[in-house]
Amino acid sequence: MKLPPSVSRTGRALLVPLTTVVIAFVVAGLVMGLTGTNPFKTYVSIFDGTGLNWLFPWVGGQTRTIASQDLQQTLVATAPLILTGLAVAFAFRAGLFNIGAQGQYTVGSVLAIWVGTSFTHMNPVLHIVASIVAAALIGGAWAALAGWLKAVVGTHEVISTIMLNWIAIWVATYLFQENGPLQGKQALGNPVSNTLPNNVHLPVFWGNPALQGLDVGIFIGLAAAVVFWAIMNRSTLGYEVRAVGHNPDAARGAGINVARNYVVTMAICGAFAGLASSVDVLGWQFQVSTADISGSQVGFLGIAVALLGRNTAIGTVAAALLFGALETGTAADNINASVINPELAPQLTLIIEGLVVLLVSTDLIAVRLLGLPRRLGLGRPEPGADLAQALEPDDAAAQAAAVEGFDAGPATTGL
Amino acid sequence: MTDKPAVLELRAITKKFGPVVANDRVDFDLRAGEVHALLGENGAGKSTLMSVLYGLYSPTSGEILVDGKPVSINSPNDAIDLGIGMVHQHFMFIPVMTVAENIVLGNEPVKAGAVRPVGILDRRTASSRVQELSDRYGLAIDPDARIEDVSVGMQQRVEILRALYRNARILVLDEPTAVLTVQEIAELMAVLRRLKEDGTAIIFISHKLGEVLTIADRVTVLRRGRSMGTVPRSGATEQSLARMVVGRDVIFRVEKQSAKPAGPILTVEDLRVLDDRGLDAVRGATLTVRAGEIVALAGVDGNGQSELVQAITGIRPPVGGRIEVDGVDVTGRGVRAAGTAGIAHIAEDRHRIGLVLPFTLAENLALRRYRAAPLSRFGWLNPKAFFTLAKRLLGAFDVRGGDPGTPAAALSGGNQQKLCIAREIDSDPKLLVAHQPTRGLDVGAIEFVHSQLIEQRDAGKGVLLVSLESEEVRSLADRILVIYEGRIVAEFPPDASEEELGIAMTGGTVAAA
Repeated sequence: MKLPPSVSRTGRALLVPLTTVVIAFVVAGLVMGLTGTNPFKTYVSIFDGTGLNWLFPWVGGQTRTIASQDLQQTLVATAPLILTGLAVAFAFRAGLFNIGAQGQYTVGSVLAIWVGTSFTHMNPVLHIVASIVAAALIGGAWAALAGWLKAVVGTHEVISTIMLNWIAIWVATYLFQENGPLQGKQALGNPVSNTLPNNVHLPVFWGNPALQGLDVGIFIGLAAAVVFWAIMNRSTLGYEVRAVGHNPDAARGAGINVARNYVVTMAICGAFAGLASSVDVLGWQFQVSTADISGSQVGFLGIAVALLGRNTAIGTVAAALLFGALETGTAADNINASVINPELAPQLTLIIEGLVVLLVSTDLIAVRLLGLPRRLGLGRPEPGADLAQALEPDDAAAQAAAVEGFDAGPATTGL
Repeated sequence: MTDKPAVLELRAITKKFGPVVANDRVDFDLRAGEVHALLGENGAGKSTLMSVLYGLYSPTSGEILVDGKPVSINSPNDAIDLGIGMVHQHFMFIPVMTVAENIVLGNEPVKAGAVRPVGILDRRTASSRVQELSDRYGLAIDPDARIEDVSVGMQQRVEILRALYRNARILVLDEPTAVLTVQEIAELMAVLRRLKEDGTAIIFISHKLGEVLTIADRVTVLRRGRSMGTVPRSGATEQSLARMVVGRDVIFRVEKQSAKPAGPILTVEDLRVLDDRGLDAVRGATLTVRAGEIVALAGVDGNGQSELVQAITGIRPPVGGRIEVDGVDVTGRGVRAAGTAGIAHIAEDRHRIGLVLPFTLAENLALRRYRAAPLSRFGWLNPKAFFTLAKRLLGAFDVRGGDPGTPAAALSGGNQQKLCIAREIDSDPKLLVAHQPTRGLDVGAIEFVHSQLIEQRDAGKGVLLVSLESEEVRSLADRILVIYEGRIVAEFPPDASEEELGIAMTGGTVAAA
């Protein structure tokens, strides 16, 4: 299968992730088939579980009510994934690998719940805003630490963000565990924080607040994606971030302070991750337990979301929606028990997510299937190195063709 | 010569990338024991043709014959099996392995008794086989040295040996002299002659006319993907080849009026700069460039030129001394301060420092001034202004091969350099620092760069030209300074002889001119 040359650059950029997702679904389907479950029925059941069938006008009555609740759930799950996805994608665009979204999310949770449950006499709107801002700031500061370490002593951000994840997780656990400094007064005996008063919840605008309807967090996620796009493509800061991401030497030669850029980039990443935590805490969690902290995956899923979304704003939103939908669609109480054992269904999500990450980061298979040129045998460029340097700096035509179709890996892709 | 049979024939090779025709019915043949040069501008299709030969691309149409038999080459391994060896422009080694280990990699001698694929590398056999080959062809190498510790010239010999180790009878050298010093080029030529005598057929890709005339038996010229014909060396001149390459007459002698220098623009006093390893690279350099003159800094590569340029342009802070531009002290103040003071910089490596290759042409052209209106206001970019700027500069400097939205990587080398020059000259500098501005460019583009430098001089700017090409230095400069081991050791007028310059550049003493 060869792509006709008429397919545009954007088309090609879309095809690889789409093919990747399709392959992941097919492989997961094979797993189901081999283990005695009907993959087609399962996928239909998962789709219905996501609530996306609400979009079909012929779905009515009781089914429609359930679908609307499911869709609210899907979107509630999507909002923080957009934000952690952006947290990872922004770093990728600067040539950095932010594995620390989980830690940035965790410190954000701590501050969101602390601010939200303290200062009880504040104006509720201000209180919500303060809580969100506090989470974003602490997340930004936490991530900036990794950027600062890289800028000053050259610590690789992969190492430092992983370490900061553990520090964040254990500090948060310490704070909320039994007899911990922030353990809730109402919940003595349980390793849980105080509970957020009702007036500090994010307003629910679709569905029943008691049934975890859709809160305005999704708008925070979407607004953040717009901000991401504007910073990246329309601001001098984003221009610098992209220059540093593509070629730090050239950026330095143009007078850009690369070290400072690393710190600022990481701070912005951390702020996105911190926002993600506030959306969860103020949107539906309302309290934070030590189990939430050690069990949360949303920061790590952000890596998969960013990779699949090719580090663009719109791609991240789409990938977050896919992952949010999968999570809801395979939730034990949404799946049709006659099709697949509800206890097994969530594992399917993990299989698909794992496959997506694997396939996206090695997008070789999709590239092969689509007949895109990739010059094996010449070796791949180092991460961050310029694609064209790996090719001979001759032959405009060859390079034009290579630039069109070759993907230099997720870290350097920028549309 | 003519009676020898062709070992390799490419017949009507066409290679299309989408709508772009990189090779258009190219014929090429190679006989045993000859050097056949492939000459052409950047983007003329030389590398594409060789990639087809080496199995990296499959041709859209056409035929490849080895020893008169049609073959299909689908991968470099097929090419190697047919006796085709490629010496790339950018070497591909494992730096921590020894010379011998790198050469045998992929076809290692294993100790007896071991079972593939889990064999044990027989280091002694590897080393002695490599030594044997190197003796036979006079390729001086040390088989047990680590690749990262040996010079570029030796690395290239290792690349050649690697091809010979795999029994290459057809050797493709892709711009082999681009990375070599004058001395190393002479050594390479000697090696190629010996290989020739031994019956090896050599394809020599270059855009340096002089070299081609020195070594090649026949020359095939490519222009825009088409073969312009094959000519024997005898009878060919630089002038006639250049006409074939660019399709028109080329002015070799740079036409210029005598300089009318004014006051000093750049004053460098007792400058000391360290290199990346923290060693002294520039050790007390003192020089002056006046408005309206071209000062050339001549020297053998690695004598502190790069560090000197980086200090002047603000990329690398010096550890001592003083740099002044038109009376403003910019010592160690950084790139932006240097730019504000009036320094523009054509970087020695346009891929690494001069351009952000995945950026569009417009984004690259904005690299120096994106922070100021009209390109941005209050930190927000104005895409329209980017487009307007790019349209104007692409037109004014005749940059071809793309519009403002094309990634810079898609341009040919010459056009990429034009892009850099357009950006730097348009900043209306007081001093233009041009570091190896014609490296890797074809004759047409070199002509353009030279005329731009002279135009800047005549417009009353100071030009500091740093070049390793003594031709270029002597034809452009109004004064020549020689740098040796981080110091300016001599000054010559432009009519100095090559010998005089050569002696000063290698640390010899000459009577002051």
